[in-house]
Amino acid sequence: MNKQELSALVAEILKGMGPEPMVKGSDYRPTDPGPQSADTNYRDGDFVEDVSRLELRKLYLVEGAADPEGFRRLKAKTPARLGSGRCGARYKTLTMLRFRADHAAAQDAVFSQLPEDFGEKNGMVSLRTQCRDKDEYLTRPDKGRLLDEESQKKLKSAVTVPPQVQIVVGDGLSSAAIAANAMDCLAALEDGLKLRHIQSGKPVFIRYCRVGAGDAVGDVTGCKVVCVLVGERPGLVTDKSMSAYITYQPHTGISESARTVVSNIHAQGTPAVEAGAHIAGLIETILKRQVSGVGLHLEDKA
Amino acid sequence: MCKSLLSVGLDVGTTTTQLIVSRLQVENRASAFAVPEMEIAQRQVLYRSGIYFTPLLGQELVDGEGIREIVEREYAAAGIRRQDVDTGAIIITGETSRRENAAAVLEALSAYAGDFVVATAGPDLESVLAAKGAGAVAYSEETGKSVLHIDIGGGTSNFALVQQGEVTATACLNVGGRLIKTDEAGRIRYISPVLEGLTELQLGQIPTQSQREALAELLAQALEMAAGLRQRTALLDTLQTAGSSKLWEKLPCRPVISFSGGVADCIEKRHEPGAFGDIGTELGAAIRESALCRGEYRLGSETIRATVIGAGCHSARLSGSTVYSAHVTFPLKNLPVAALKAPVPDTETMGQALSRLEGDGILAFPGVCAPKYTLLKQLAEAVAAAFEEKPVRIAMEADMALALGQRLALLLPEREILCIDRVRLEQGSYLDVGAPAGPALPVVIKTLILEK
Repeated sequence: MNKQELSALVAEILKGMGPEPMVKGSDYRPTDPGPQSADTNYRDGDFVEDVSRLELRKLYLVEGAADPEGFRRLKAKTPARLGSGRCGARYKTLTMLRFRADHAAAQDAVFSQLPEDFGEKNGMVSLRTQCRDKDEYLTRPDKGRLLDEESQKKLKSAVTVPPQVQIVVGDGLSSAAIAANAMDCLAALEDGLKLRHIQSGKPVFIRYCRVGAGDAVGDVTGCKVVCVLVGERPGLVTDKSMSAYITYQPHTGISESARTVVSNIHAQGTPAVEAGAHIAGLIETILKRQVSGVGLHLEDKA
Repeated sequence: MCKSLLSVGLDVGTTTTQLIVSRLQVENRASAFAVPEMEIAQRQVLYRSGIYFTPLLGQELVDGEGIREIVEREYAAAGIRRQDVDTGAIIITGETSRRENAAAVLEALSAYAGDFVVATAGPDLESVLAAKGAGAVAYSEETGKSVLHIDIGGGTSNFALVQQGEVTATACLNVGGRLIKTDEAGRIRYISPVLEGLTELQLGQIPTQSQREALAELLAQALEMAAGLRQRTALLDTLQTAGSSKLWEKLPCRPVISFSGGVADCIEKRHEPGAFGDIGTELGAAIRESALCRGEYRLGSETIRATVIGAGCHSARLSGSTVYSAHVTFPLKNLPVAALKAPVPDTETMGQALSRLEGDGILAFPGVCAPKYTLLKQLAEAVAAAFEEKPVRIAMEADMALALGQRLALLLPEREILCIDRVRLEQGSYLDVGAPAGPALPVVIKTLILEK
C-alpha cells in the first residue's frame, strides 16, 4: 500500500468515526416503540439482555486473569472502557454492542426534543432562539445565542424589574440532561438564593439554546447575574450531563472568560440538588466580588 | 484550594506515653470546573516525642498532671502552641484505660492539648489506629492482600483484619510484654491481674529463664489462636479484652501477618533476656518461633509508635465538600450516634432513635444517591418534625447534605443545624466535628469505651 492509498484509507476511516451525527436532524425520528403488543407468550431466553443497562465500572471481561478482583477495584474508579478482553484481535461482541448503544444514546440526546410545554409546565417563561429547528441549531451556533423577536417581547413583559439573578434553563446539546437534572437543580438553587436573600426573577426556558443566549437575556432583563443551566454535548460516559454557566453583568459580546462554570452535573457526577445548592453559594460570592469567570479566584477564600 | 491542618496524636498506653505532631494536607481533588471535593492528600509526621513511661500514681490511678507536663514540655520542644493545633486525638489504651480516673484524665488532657483534640478510647478503635499507623492498611490497599495486623504493646495486643485497604474486623487480647515487671535482680515486682490462674509465678519471686519463656509461649499461643493458627481453647476467652470484638470468627485463609507495638521490636532483633525489666524479649522470641512467623509476615513501617501515629495522622478525616451548618459553635464533641438502616427514614423511626440517645446526638442514615428534589423536601420535613426543639444534626453517606441542609434552614431559620454527608457512622460510636477546612468539615469517628 503506498502512502497515498494509506492516507485515503485513514481519511475514510476517520470519516466513519467522527463524532458528528451521521443522520441529518430533519431525517431523524427517535424510535417509536408503538403500542404494546397484546401477545405476551414469551419464554425465558426470548430476550437479549439490554447491554446499555450493564454497569461498565463493574464489568471485567478478560478471561483467565490473575487478579480479576484487583482489576475491578481499579475499574471502579474510572468510567474508561478498560479490561474489555478481546476475541482474536478484536473487541468482544458485548463491548462493540455497548459502544454502539452509548453512541446511539448520545445522538438521541442531541436530536430529541423536550416536550412542547416543558417551560410552562415547570413554571418558566418559555422562549426560543432564532433557530427554527434542531438542524439549524446544530449548524448555526450564532443564531442559538440570539432570542427571536417574539421571545424578546415575551421576556420584556415577563421581567419588568431587573432581577439580581436570572436563571435560564436551555436544552443545549442534550435534552436528556435537562429532563433528568434541570428542575431538581433549579429547586435547590432557588432554596439557596432564598436563604441568602438574593432575589431572582421567574426562570426562563429557552429552546435551541446555546450558552450565549444567557447574554441576550442579560440585555433584555438587565439582571446582575445570569445562570444558564444547559445540556452538555453528550459523550459515551453519559448522555445526561448538565452544566451551569454563571456570568456577572451579562451582555451580548461578553468574553467567554467571564463565565464561571460548574460542570458534570448528573447522577454519577455531582447530584443535581447538591449542584444547585452549591451554585447558590457561588452566585453569592460572584455578587459580592462583582466578578465572574477567570477573574474570580475562589482559592483566595479557602 | 489548599489548606493544611496541624494535628497532634497522644497515646497513653499501658507502658509508654508518646506524642507526635503531624501536618495533614487538605487538597481539592476536583477540577476547577466542578464542585469541589476536598480530601486529606498527605499526612506528614513533623515531630516525634521521646518515649516516656506512662506516669502512674500507685497501681490504681493515672497521673494526669504528669501527662500534662509531658504534653507541655513536648509542645515547647516541637515549637507549637495549643492555639496552633487544628485537630488530633488522644487515645488511652491497654491497662491504663482500666484505671479509675482514666475518663477524667482523658477529658482534661483533650481540652488542654487543643480545641479540637478529641478524646478516644476503646480496644477496637485502638486496633484500627495501630493498623493505619503501622502502614498495614496502606500495604493492603497497594497490594490487594488481606493483612492481619497485630499491635503488641505492654498490656494488650490489638488485632485488625484489613481487606483491600479496609479494616473489616478487630479484636483485642490482654497479651503484652509488661504483664510481668521485674527489678534489676530479676525479682517480680508486678503481675497483671489478667494472668490470674495462668501462671504459678508470684510477686517477689525470681523466675528462672525457662519459667519466663514458658509464660511467653503461653501468651504467644493465645495470639496464634486469635489469628486462626491454633485450635482455640478456653485460654483465648480468658485473655480476650472486655468490650472487644471477636475477629477470629471472620478470618479468611492465612492473611499476611503484620506486627507493631513495642514487642514487635523484639521479634527479629534479639535482646538480652529481661533487657526491659519485663517479659517483652521472651514474648518477641516466642512469636518468632510461633506459627505467626511461619508464613508471610512483615514488621510495620512503624512499630512502637504505630498507635500514636495512627491517632495523630489517621483519626481526623473530612466530610463531603457540599455540607451545611448554621448557628453551630465548633468544635462539637462526643456526639452520640443513632444510626438507622433505612435510606430515608420516617419521622417516627427517627424520633424513636433520637429519644434513645443520652443527650443531644447525631442521627445517621444512608440517604439516596442523586435524590429528586421532592424527596429531599419530604425528608427535610420529616427530619424537622423528628428533632422537635433539639439542634438538628444529621449525617448521611450519599452526597445530599448541602441541599437538604438549606431546605432545613428554610424550615427552621433560627435553629442550630449540622447536616453532613460522605460519612458512615455506626450505632454506638461517637462523632466530633471541627471548624470548617475550606468547604468540608473535619470529623473524628470514634469510640469511648473505658474498661472497668
